[in-house]
Amino acid sequence: MKSVLKRLGLDGRSVVTAVPYLWLLLFFLIPFVIVLKISFSTSQIAMPPYEPLLHWAGDKVLQIKLNLGNFAFLVEDDLYWKAYLNSIWVASVSTFFCLLLGYPIAYAIARSNPSARNILMLLIVLPFWTSFLLRVYAWIGILKNNGLLNNFLIWIGAIDQPIQMLQTDFAVYVGIVYSYLPFMILPLYANLEKMDLTLLEAAADLGCRPWQGFLKVTLPLSLPGVRAGCLLVFIPAVGEFVIPSLLGDPGMLMIGKVLWTEFFNNRDWPVASAVAIVLLLFLVIPMMYFQRAQDAEAGGVHR
Amino acid sequence: MATSPRATQQKFEPWTDPDAKPYVRIEKVTKKFGDFIAVDDVSLSIFKKEIFCLLGASGCGKTTLLRMLAGFERPTSGRIFIDGVDMTSIPPYERPVNMMFQSYAIFPHMTVEQNVAFGLKQERLQKGEIENRVNDMLNLVKLGQFAKRKPHQLSGGQRQRVALARSLVKKPKLLLLDEPLAALDKKLREHTQFELINIQETLGVTFVVVTHDQEEAMTLSTRIGLMNHGEIVQVGTPSEIYEYPNSRFVSEFIGSVNTFEGRLVEDEPSYVRIGCDDLEAPIYVDHGVSSAPGATVWAAIRPEKITISREKPDATDNWASAVVRDIAYMGDMSIYLLRLDSGKVVRVTQPNIYRHAEDRITWEERVYLQWYPESPVVVTK
Repeated sequence: MKSVLKRLGLDGRSVVTAVPYLWLLLFFLIPFVIVLKISFSTSQIAMPPYEPLLHWAGDKVLQIKLNLGNFAFLVEDDLYWKAYLNSIWVASVSTFFCLLLGYPIAYAIARSNPSARNILMLLIVLPFWTSFLLRVYAWIGILKNNGLLNNFLIWIGAIDQPIQMLQTDFAVYVGIVYSYLPFMILPLYANLEKMDLTLLEAAADLGCRPWQGFLKVTLPLSLPGVRAGCLLVFIPAVGEFVIPSLLGDPGMLMIGKVLWTEFFNNRDWPVASAVAIVLLLFLVIPMMYFQRAQDAEAGGVHR
Repeated sequence: MATSPRATQQKFEPWTDPDAKPYVRIEKVTKKFGDFIAVDDVSLSIFKKEIFCLLGASGCGKTTLLRMLAGFERPTSGRIFIDGVDMTSIPPYERPVNMMFQSYAIFPHMTVEQNVAFGLKQERLQKGEIENRVNDMLNLVKLGQFAKRKPHQLSGGQRQRVALARSLVKKPKLLLLDEPLAALDKKLREHTQFELINIQETLGVTFVVVTHDQEEAMTLSTRIGLMNHGEIVQVGTPSEIYEYPNSRFVSEFIGSVNTFEGRLVEDEPSYVRIGCDDLEAPIYVDHGVSSAPGATVWAAIRPEKITISREKPDATDNWASAVVRDIAYMGDMSIYLLRLDSGKVVRVTQPNIYRHAEDRITWEERVYLQWYPESPVVVTK
């Protein structure tokens, strides 16, 4: 075994580091290339429902037919870019509220005593032990007109008539913030927990009141955690399909829903693929930016 | 022992002046963490421009005492005065005191310059003044050309100087240093000790230093407060602590020492004679001891105060016979481990005055040890 690897010019180390590359090749790059290929083909009623890109025309001629129409269609029909913009807006607002809620929670857990920390973190991840779908369904029971929340508000006398909450943007925000909050808390907690607390004592020693110490030391040092948490919430929230379709207004334009409709209702795989490719680009660009910012910081530390 | 650089300077001993007013006064301070008593009824006076070292093993309460001076811990009881003002319940950010942390606690997201300017910005000083003071301080600690660097681009010694500059730039009445040299290697540590004293003398700031390293305490300090189990066991100048320890603990903590347990055989105001089971001859000490005859006492003799010879001394006191068990050649001196007939091992150091000492005392030789009557220190606890 060892000699075989050596003959191939591989040592143990490169075999180990090859694992993630292999994984990404199999489950990211190859599927991406397939989707990219479909996005350039033409829809047809067949199995599979698109024309192949490569066509053997005989006479030693291999024809490649690239259909750019799918992408042109996305630009021509304002439904798509409106859905993209709306998805990014919804994801941004949700990320903002996740941060607003998640930072104090992560901070409180990181500063609580060590024996309580593990229990609190366990409670944060505990919802993952039930199905995501079930948890979103449960919100229907809470938010509907004769649901828990409306009944409670009527009971305490805050309102006379139930407020329409289900099938509104509000319900979508509640659903997304609730579902993705742990993804904000986890990286923030990891960051805040490892912070050297003598830095805060140093700040106090140099004249900082506790809140000034937080603003000048804790907050800037936690930015990598903030960045990681925001990405972990923002990226899946942009493509979110289940929450808007269960809790939101049926007319709400979200790119995840559009993708679903193209794929399953219209059976237009090429357009659906084009939607997915454009969505990926929307996500990859900010992701690369953040990655680079983080690398610059991390690179500095290890130099 | 390293000699104190202060020895060459003019006498600075405000503690011997009954009219001198202490600058820092710690009055009956006790600190408990739950049932654990970290600092036990400590009273101390520290004078202006002193370098006062709190010395002790880890867990002796020295750091807790320092943190109470900084304001990070509140005393359970007792009071702390700095320059006549009661500081007991003043929070750290309002105290005229700065601290240099053991880990340095340099802000990693700021440059050297920003770190040093941090405390001045908190005081809302004018930009020009901040710049001037930061530059002066960086030049003083020889970090002028590193002003724009981030902490991770600095060496350990440079980081230590950033921490020092940051805590000194606010011109504190009192600078607290928690194990200031512990993270440096030996060469750098010796160099930095002297630099620290120079800076302290240039600025005239009062230093309180916490250290577990007795050599560091001996070199740096004007006075040492030796701590054990939350209590101050002895306060004195380095030479007082070394030459006149007041207990077995102190004599054994500072430097090495040979301790002989014995009984007072003769107890006169001008001398005592101690009978010791480990020795053939009694120990004769040329000063009185305030203890009853027959009481158990300990005579502590430093290794460098014992001489070795091959001839049997004809004195009646202060000698012992022994066999050489081990010799460690250190260059400037040699350490001899000698076994008495009782089995007790005595440590003796001798300077290596001659390069080619022929006929040097060697392993397994029978030799005789001798010391002067003023050499032993008699302690009763």
